[in-house]
Amino acid sequence: MDAATWTVVWLTAQLAGLTTVLLLLIGTPLAWWLARTRSPAKPVLAALVTMPLVLPPSVLGFYLLLLMGPHGPVGQLTQWLGLGRLPFTFGGLVVASVIASMPFVVQPLQQAFEAIPERTLEAAATLRAGPLDRFFTVAVPLARPGFVTASVLGFAHTVGEFGVVLMIGGNIPGQTRVLSVALFEHVEAAEFAAAHRLAGGMVAFALVVLVALSLANRAQHADRAAPGAAR
Amino acid sequence: MSQALQISLRLARGAFTLDVDLQLPGQGVTALFGPSGCGKTTLLRTLAGLDRAAGRVALGAAVWQDDAQRRFMPPHQRPLGYVIQEAALFPHLSVQANLNYGRQRAGAAAQAFALDAVVDLLGIGALMDRRPATLSGGERQRVAIARALATAPRLLLMDEPLAALDAPRKAEILPYLERLHRTLALPIVYVTHAMDEVARLADHLVLLDAGRVRAAGPLATLLAQPDLPLARQDDAGVVITARVDRHDPAYGLSRIAFDGGTLWVGETAAAPGDAVRARVLARDVSVARQAPRESSLVNVLPVVLDSVQADRSTALLRLRLGTPGAAPTWLLARITRRSADTLALQPGDALFAQIKGVALM
Repeated sequence: MDAATWTVVWLTAQLAGLTTVLLLLIGTPLAWWLARTRSPAKPVLAALVTMPLVLPPSVLGFYLLLLMGPHGPVGQLTQWLGLGRLPFTFGGLVVASVIASMPFVVQPLQQAFEAIPERTLEAAATLRAGPLDRFFTVAVPLARPGFVTASVLGFAHTVGEFGVVLMIGGNIPGQTRVLSVALFEHVEAAEFAAAHRLAGGMVAFALVVLVALSLANRAQHADRAAPGAAR
Repeated sequence: MSQALQISLRLARGAFTLDVDLQLPGQGVTALFGPSGCGKTTLLRTLAGLDRAAGRVALGAAVWQDDAQRRFMPPHQRPLGYVIQEAALFPHLSVQANLNYGRQRAGAAAQAFALDAVVDLLGIGALMDRRPATLSGGERQRVAIARALATAPRLLLMDEPLAALDAPRKAEILPYLERLHRTLALPIVYVTHAMDEVARLADHLVLLDAGRVRAAGPLATLLAQPDLPLARQDDAGVVITARVDRHDPAYGLSRIAFDGGTLWVGETAAAPGDAVRARVLARDVSVARQAPRESSLVNVLPVVLDSVQADRSTALLRLRLGTPGAAPTWLLARITRRSADTLALQPGDALFAQIKGVALM
């Protein structure tokens, strides 16, 4: 792999890794709230979180660009904080990716949390576990498959995002030029060998991840219900 | 110090209202009994703090909820054990780790608590390394009970702990519950709609109906009250606490004695002097004015008729056993109204109760 390709792959991995970590930090409490609340605000928030799944990425990118731009509210805030402007920077890409990949992390987590019976959490409460204690010692371990799926989907979707990335990040080598953009550029320039390397690598990566995921889930199931269990 | 459980709770939820003022004894098993939807489970959940009702809950001097003082302890701060129908074990933890979960969090009292004794009592010593998914329903329920006891609670709340089990599993657990009851000085509030569980386990009974207390008191007293809905059920009858008097191995019988008489029952494994409970159903008792001669019945006792409660076809008699002045032991007899009229039964009549069946519990 030549140095330019390596830079692209490394930048993409950094972006996807950082985005996934941030999404788990933001998405876990959000998913927990969505899974447990009876608040009338729930459908509104759920719709907002799901929006990136339905919107064309370029539409999302366009509005994010406006928000983050010099006259947008987010842009003015970042400038006031002395952070400069976000568009066409790595930081801007991270923010945009977090928003674009949000549903891929929140939904598996929310489903995993919803699958935990209320009575199991209540049992923990009557065994002297306070709310945070219950969350970390019962809810999180029981939602483990949800965390695995959420991490994988969040990471993979960030790697694969194109429209939002192009709108917000552009194509600055070492800063915002990630895999999907580089691939597009290779194809534009008719550099098919280079395009094949990137595209083929992506296909192999996706396969490996999906097989690993399914193996992990199978191990989890074997762990929960031993064969021959009396139920 | 009185450890009585004082409850004064009100809750309105749609068409259902709970309105309960109760003082439950600080020892023994209190059964909350009533039809589905009468508020048994809701009442238990509000005692645990899992649901919120308005009012006051205190165990002895410890106030768990008092709206007047704006005090409400969340469930994890109340020293109680809670066991429900579905066991609700933690599927990601071994049996041992399930037992330790509450024990580790419940402070010094729980650390000092003899968990081994409870593990023995419930017969789960061999299951420690297993996962809940590999246990049978009965085993799961026993682990759930041990897990609750491991926190050394001051009150045990049980919500139909046997309802999800089939008859053989139920029969497997009931003896453990009886041992628990005999061995631990822990007050237990036990929700059920099964009369046989009440008859076997309960010392006190609270009858709930549509969110209100219909009657509350010692089990033997309430079961013998002809004006309660219990007495109209087909399996209406009394429970008599007795001790084993002697065995008659030649005929395979045992004699049990109580204030007011003795009864022959099928031979029991209990030793002479042991306490036992006998259940006598109203439909198994008939009466005669004279002591029957040359009868095949082995149990005939002199009684005094206390009251007659008749509907169109049947009459329910309350009969008093034992010497006047002593604490009474009651029997119920269900006979036809025609017989009651033919015999011209009047309260105060001296009669003989002929008992066709006595079940030891």
